[in-house]
Amino acid sequence: MIDFQYARAHDVADAVRQMAADPAAKFIAGGTNLIDLMKEDVERPSRLIDISRLPLKTIEETADGGLRIGALVPNSDLAYHPLIEQRYPMLSRAILAGASQQLRNMASTGGNLLQRTRCYYFYDVATPCNKREPGSGCAAIKGRNRIHAILGASKACIATHPSDMCVALAALDAKVHVTGPAGERTMGFAEFHRLPGNTPERDTNLHRDEIVTAVELPARGFASNYTYLKLRDRLSYAFALVSIAAALELDGHTIKEARLALGGVAHKPWRDTAAEAALRGQAADEAAFMHAADLVLRDAKGYAHNSFKIELARRGIVRALTQAARGTPQPQSNKKIL
Amino acid sequence: MQQTRMPHATRPDNRRLQARVPEKMAVALTVNGAKRQLKVAPWTTLLDALRDHLDLTGTKKGCDHGQCGACTVLVDGRRINSCLTFAVMQDGANVTTIEGMAANGALHPLQQAFIDHDAFQCGYCTPGQICSAAGLIAEGRAKSADEIRELMSGNICRCGGYPNIVAAIQQAMGRS
Repeated sequence: MIDFQYARAHDVADAVRQMAADPAAKFIAGGTNLIDLMKEDVERPSRLIDISRLPLKTIEETADGGLRIGALVPNSDLAYHPLIEQRYPMLSRAILAGASQQLRNMASTGGNLLQRTRCYYFYDVATPCNKREPGSGCAAIKGRNRIHAILGASKACIATHPSDMCVALAALDAKVHVTGPAGERTMGFAEFHRLPGNTPERDTNLHRDEIVTAVELPARGFASNYTYLKLRDRLSYAFALVSIAAALELDGHTIKEARLALGGVAHKPWRDTAAEAALRGQAADEAAFMHAADLVLRDAKGYAHNSFKIELARRGIVRALTQAARGTPQPQSNKKIL
Repeated sequence: MQQTRMPHATRPDNRRLQARVPEKMAVALTVNGAKRQLKVAPWTTLLDALRDHLDLTGTKKGCDHGQCGACTVLVDGRRINSCLTFAVMQDGANVTTIEGMAANGALHPLQQAFIDHDAFQCGYCTPGQICSAAGLIAEGRAKSADEIRELMSGNICRCGGYPNIVAAIQQAMGRS
């Protein structure tokens, strides 16, 4: 690991100031991804600005019936918070589907948004990677790409975003509050993460000198008809090959509102609003779910080792929407897929 | 494999400011009930601080990347991977390691249960398993064997002792 300076931020303004003063600095909160990447020599910050003690650890109700989650709320506390379990159980399930309890105890809400891909080549500094080293090439496109993207990839990068939590946040239409030298701004969740295009080194639209302060959930929580279905190589403690956050509001058998987002398939949490629109007004049956799956995967493209993900995603979407419609969300302990 | 330019590791970091070698930093920890003062470089993990600076070698370094759970300790009562946090970040924290589990000359119920159920073979993962299980019991979320397995999935046992580990935890849960 490279040597670095360490300093604690006293408040959000101080954190932003310290970041602006050193172009190679990084914020550290939970550290679970950053320290790992530093050990691999992928991240080489000159300075760590420790924000873990800033007062961003509360979950508060908003005026319009939603929740504002401080960026430093640990993943485990968020998953087990009574208001999250009651109103946003899909988010709770998604968080608990990811990592281990030790990591969830450390990892922060903001850090989960900012975690980096687990592409083998991004991690291996002996190989080219346009995300790690812009212009060096992509070793994954013609290499081992079983875990890689099938949607929204580019010739420069086929990495996936690793988060489970973010898939649920995308489906729930969360907002991200950030603060930078120019003050505060709010981003829609769909605008927060980026597709790789020609700049895969940029995972998000957060500016380098900005800090995530909170994630806001709208009032609509889909607490009755939802699921988070995660398909992976091991039953626990593994990244998703494909995951699906599905949520419905039903009027009898008719779909009033639908949300559908996928993890493990793209450079960002992949919410498909066209598929959601196609579900609205339809009967909640297999034909509608198949049509939605076809829409999500209309531009899907496989590589040498990951083409199986297209059919896996298709079946997963239908299964997840079925679970949501029946009100039988996928359990995270009993692994039998409902 | 396609390769158009030398990879990252051999390139200079243009953005890095000329680094001064950082001073060692003072860190105060309460470890297993005892106040400890140490001076460590910023890049010293809590795991290395425990093992190399405080001679508490019960906490094991397995993968050193948060994938195996051998380094699990309790910080302020919560289980974490000590390999993925820097000691300077934990200044002021209350740390419990496997050396602090026994009390008043008696084994912790989890330690006794691991013996009763023969819940280890090589034993390398055991300190992390026991600290993790102590955290799990304190969380109060796991009731069934399935839930124990799920919430212990961050602790790998390459000897395959899982059935006996689950049985040991169930025994200790019954007593606590």
